[in-house]
Amino acid sequence: MNQRVGEVQSTDYNFAFLDEGSKREIRRSVLKAVAIPGYQVPFGSRELPIGRGWGTGGIQLTMSLIGPKDVLKVIDQGNDDSVNAVSIKKLICATTGVETTTDTAEADIIQSRHRIPEEPLREDQVLVLQVPNPEPLRGVSPHEEVTRQLHGDAEYTGIWVNLFEQLLKKGTPFRGAAHPVMANHRYIMSPSPIPRYDNPKRNQAKCLYLLGAGREKKIYAVPPYTDVESLAFEDYPFRREDMSGRKCRICGAENVYFDEIYDAEKGEHYYQCSDTGYCQKRRRQQEEQGEEKHE
Amino acid sequence: MGYVAVTGGQEAIEASIELLKEYRAKGCQELDIQVVRDRMALLIDRIMSEAGLYAPDYAALALKQCEGSPEEAVFLLRAYRSTLQRNYVSKTVSGEDMHIRRRISSAFKDIPGGQMLGATYDYVHRLLDFSLKNEKEEELEAWRDSFVQSHAQNEYVTLSDTAPRVLDLLRAEGLLEDVEEDTSEPCDVTMEKLPLPAPRSAILQTLTRADTGFVSGLAYSDIRGFGMSHPTIGELRYGKLSIEVVYPLDEEESWYVGDICVTEVEGLMGERPDKSGIGVGYGCVFGRNDTKAIAMAVLDHALTLDIDSPTSDMEFVLLHGDCLEMNGFISHLKLPHYVTFQSKLDSLRHRKKEGNWK
Repeated sequence: MNQRVGEVQSTDYNFAFLDEGSKREIRRSVLKAVAIPGYQVPFGSRELPIGRGWGTGGIQLTMSLIGPKDVLKVIDQGNDDSVNAVSIKKLICATTGVETTTDTAEADIIQSRHRIPEEPLREDQVLVLQVPNPEPLRGVSPHEEVTRQLHGDAEYTGIWVNLFEQLLKKGTPFRGAAHPVMANHRYIMSPSPIPRYDNPKRNQAKCLYLLGAGREKKIYAVPPYTDVESLAFEDYPFRREDMSGRKCRICGAENVYFDEIYDAEKGEHYYQCSDTGYCQKRRRQQEEQGEEKHE
Repeated sequence: MGYVAVTGGQEAIEASIELLKEYRAKGCQELDIQVVRDRMALLIDRIMSEAGLYAPDYAALALKQCEGSPEEAVFLLRAYRSTLQRNYVSKTVSGEDMHIRRRISSAFKDIPGGQMLGATYDYVHRLLDFSLKNEKEEELEAWRDSFVQSHAQNEYVTLSDTAPRVLDLLRAEGLLEDVEEDTSEPCDVTMEKLPLPAPRSAILQTLTRADTGFVSGLAYSDIRGFGMSHPTIGELRYGKLSIEVVYPLDEEESWYVGDICVTEVEGLMGERPDKSGIGVGYGCVFGRNDTKAIAMAVLDHALTLDIDSPTSDMEFVLLHGDCLEMNGFISHLKLPHYVTFQSKLDSLRHRKKEGNWK
């Protein structure tokens, strides 16, 4: 057979690539993370055939948890067909043989970068998020030793001052993506670079959220039914990105997070669902209903 | 214009991989892995050092597979290593037992056991040798035979195969800083996240696996003036070390599992600020790589100083030199950031609307 560069021959490698000892070690770190919501658990991050900074924390979580019968969904920026999502899916499938889906409701494990799906997740589902910079206090100190101590002492004055300074300078205390949250009233954590639009989905969510940072070698988690609050001031309540007045030009959805597309020829802005699986599902349902009407 | 702006990831990736093969297959000469291993030996050394995996054949295969990119070759070896069970831990080996092929000191002219220049490009004039364009393998073979013969006749009789360390002389005289022997179990940064502050074992392991250019650049900044080191090379040696593992059924017995070649440096870094003696920095890297070993020694020492210099900032030095980490994170910028950028735009538009920007 003419094998391509970078194509895994599944028989050459263990199920889900990593050896069983490594997978067990990662699951132990996951257990600790689940027990202490928002606390960053250091772990012996393994090198993968995919670049560090390209989702290796998420992949290691998925690899350590996945079983032969699980159904997997991988999205990047909400998109199932984005190049990196495809590449990650390909590696996991080649070493496990699991089935994949684009339908959020059908998936057991959903690995995502930069988005939480529009459809609410259930108790039997796990959302794995890829995290580039897990430390929300990095802006307070570049030193890991310092930020770990600050978390230990719950000494969060620095980040509050930063947000206040930003408010004075820029007129808003809110970061673009990755606006920090407080998990279970104890640890300030980075929600990963999801838009603020997705932050509230995590509060009292039914599913388990696992966050993995491969390059920074940390795992953290938000277990189901946990309070997760976006940082904000009393007189500057939390504000999501303004998606009002926008409508998906494919499925007509409103009140979702949109990709913005600029048509240079017409000089017009268009919007379409950032969550492509959700958009497709709506289209399918609309078509089915349309057919029913015809009958 | 179609409905979906950017899609077709699967096809794009497949076409891209196909195109890579076309790039790799350019020209008409087959690239033999043994040739890469034997004739690109210094590149192989560098790849093995940065990968932290001593495997010349795999390093050669990796280089062939990735068009000779050191960054990609290190990546391939590291990813492969992740899949391997670790069955044994080798026994501690001392540089004193090294079968020396090169040994110099810039501190003393005369050292016990003698200096041995060995193979080095240091005194070669870097002039392109155009005769190599048409080098014949038969001529090379004839040259190799005559070299081996003449070598057998003039065996370096006065030089010893192994030798005690130069620094032991200074240590005996009480001029070096006192360092207590550390017999604790070494940390393994490939099995756990680097603990901070890092124990010395983790510092040395991190530095020896670091990107050659990164380590050299940082050490250069240190000795040029951003740090406080004024190094003299007490000793630089290159040679073979025999690696053994404990026989599982009898702890008294050992198995010899092979040789590795390393460059080892002990640098005299100048008087310690607290007058406790001359500070020593240690460097040891896979293969022949003087510069990296010296640079490692400079940084090893710089990290013991409590001064305001980038090279004495442990997290700055240890967290930014890993080949996979730095290249992975920089290259991830090529991934789509549509969602996060949309969020930034929202923030700017909001501020503009409220008169807070522009």
